[in-house]
Amino acid sequence: MDPKEKRIRLVKRIAQEFPDGALVNLGIGMPTMVADYIPQGRTILLHSENGFTGLGPQAKKGEEDPRLVNAGGQPVTIVPGGCFFDSSMSFAIIRGGHVDYTVLGALEVDEQGNLANYMIPGKMIPGMGGAMDLVVGAKNVIIAMEHVNKNGAPKILKRCSLPLTAVGEVDLIVTDMAFIRVTKKGLVLEEIAEDTTVEEVIKCTEAKLHVPGKLGKF
Amino acid sequence: MKPVLTPEQAIEAIKDGSSVMAGGFMGCGNAFTLIDALINKGSKDLTLITSDTAFPEVGVGRLICQGRVKNLYATHIGTNPVSGQKMNSGEMNVTLVPQGTFSERIRAKGAGLGGVLTPTGIGTDIEKGKQKLTIEGKEYLLELPLGAEFALIKAEVCDKQGNCFLPMATKNAAVVMAMSADYVIVEAEAIVEAGALDPDKVTIPGVFISAIVKSVLPAANLQLKA
Repeated sequence: MDPKEKRIRLVKRIAQEFPDGALVNLGIGMPTMVADYIPQGRTILLHSENGFTGLGPQAKKGEEDPRLVNAGGQPVTIVPGGCFFDSSMSFAIIRGGHVDYTVLGALEVDEQGNLANYMIPGKMIPGMGGAMDLVVGAKNVIIAMEHVNKNGAPKILKRCSLPLTAVGEVDLIVTDMAFIRVTKKGLVLEEIAEDTTVEEVIKCTEAKLHVPGKLGKF
Repeated sequence: MKPVLTPEQAIEAIKDGSSVMAGGFMGCGNAFTLIDALINKGSKDLTLITSDTAFPEVGVGRLICQGRVKNLYATHIGTNPVSGQKMNSGEMNVTLVPQGTFSERIRAKGAGLGGVLTPTGIGTDIEKGKQKLTIEGKEYLLELPLGAEFALIKAEVCDKQGNCFLPMATKNAAVVMAMSADYVIVEAEAIVEAGALDPDKVTIPGVFISAIVKSVLPAANLQLKA
């Protein structure tokens, strides 16, 4: 399976987590792909942090409206049932615990559910944007990422080394190799991707993984 | 009645070193006419408070690229590489603020509050230099009000009492900025008589507005992906 297909597999798996009617915020990059794989018969409402619910597909070429963009500045559409509001309201929705699921990427995640995803000191400092509020406020925090970085090093660590986005907020980690739940007793490997093994997953993970008797596949 | 001015008249009081808030999110809702006037005036050493620095050729992004900003308060600078370059070179001081904290600090200033208690940033570098309070067993950071001397707001319609309508995703941080800056300039596509804008459809009450300017530059903020 090529990397693109693996990415689709992992976002498809994440999409299965949302019940019908869930309010979901998807971070820029790979998380946005989750919206394309919501299971048949279920509808979710997408929250866009720059000020609306009902985030729809990208605007068609020639039909872009400069008053309607997503959090990345790209022209989008709004679906029936959505509504517009200002930043203060948007972040009241986020920080006040009204977002059911937030899906975002990560540089590092660790055994305690700590997340580092907003800067590499001296190298990459894009800023945290809404990430810190999202991770603190959302009811469920799902990390969508490659299991190892481009140098082959694990991204699921014992302790994050990079500046933290938030402490102890991650609930699920879904990668091209594994579906891992963060629990009080640590990281539990609940499912592995069809084309890998438990041994391979453990090898690519620095954190300790609890492996239950029954293991699912995706 | 609020004064209806030319862009140059409206920004006359903005001096080098002034603090300016700019509404807009990735250029969407930036006051292009006012920003253009600021650039043409040669204003520099500004403290710019805005959600993000958009893209290099767009809105507030141009202020960054032209080197007019000495201090930047923003939530995200990743879409404009020049911001990162100027930060690393020391030309521009950058304070990154979580977006929820950003809008709430600004709102606190406008709303006469002494500050806000937020759980965002607990356990991170954001804590540095701030008071922490524990309320009913949960930790919060005390974030202080954030104001500015000027605010540049983009509206679709503004009546002559300053009541304005901001459509769709152009609202973003403009609403709270209008509350908290000392001198608030609205750039409006249409300026109408008092009463012509339905009082039930007002986004920002005119009580916060200091001056109105007619928008001449279109909202060409879209950096369309190829």
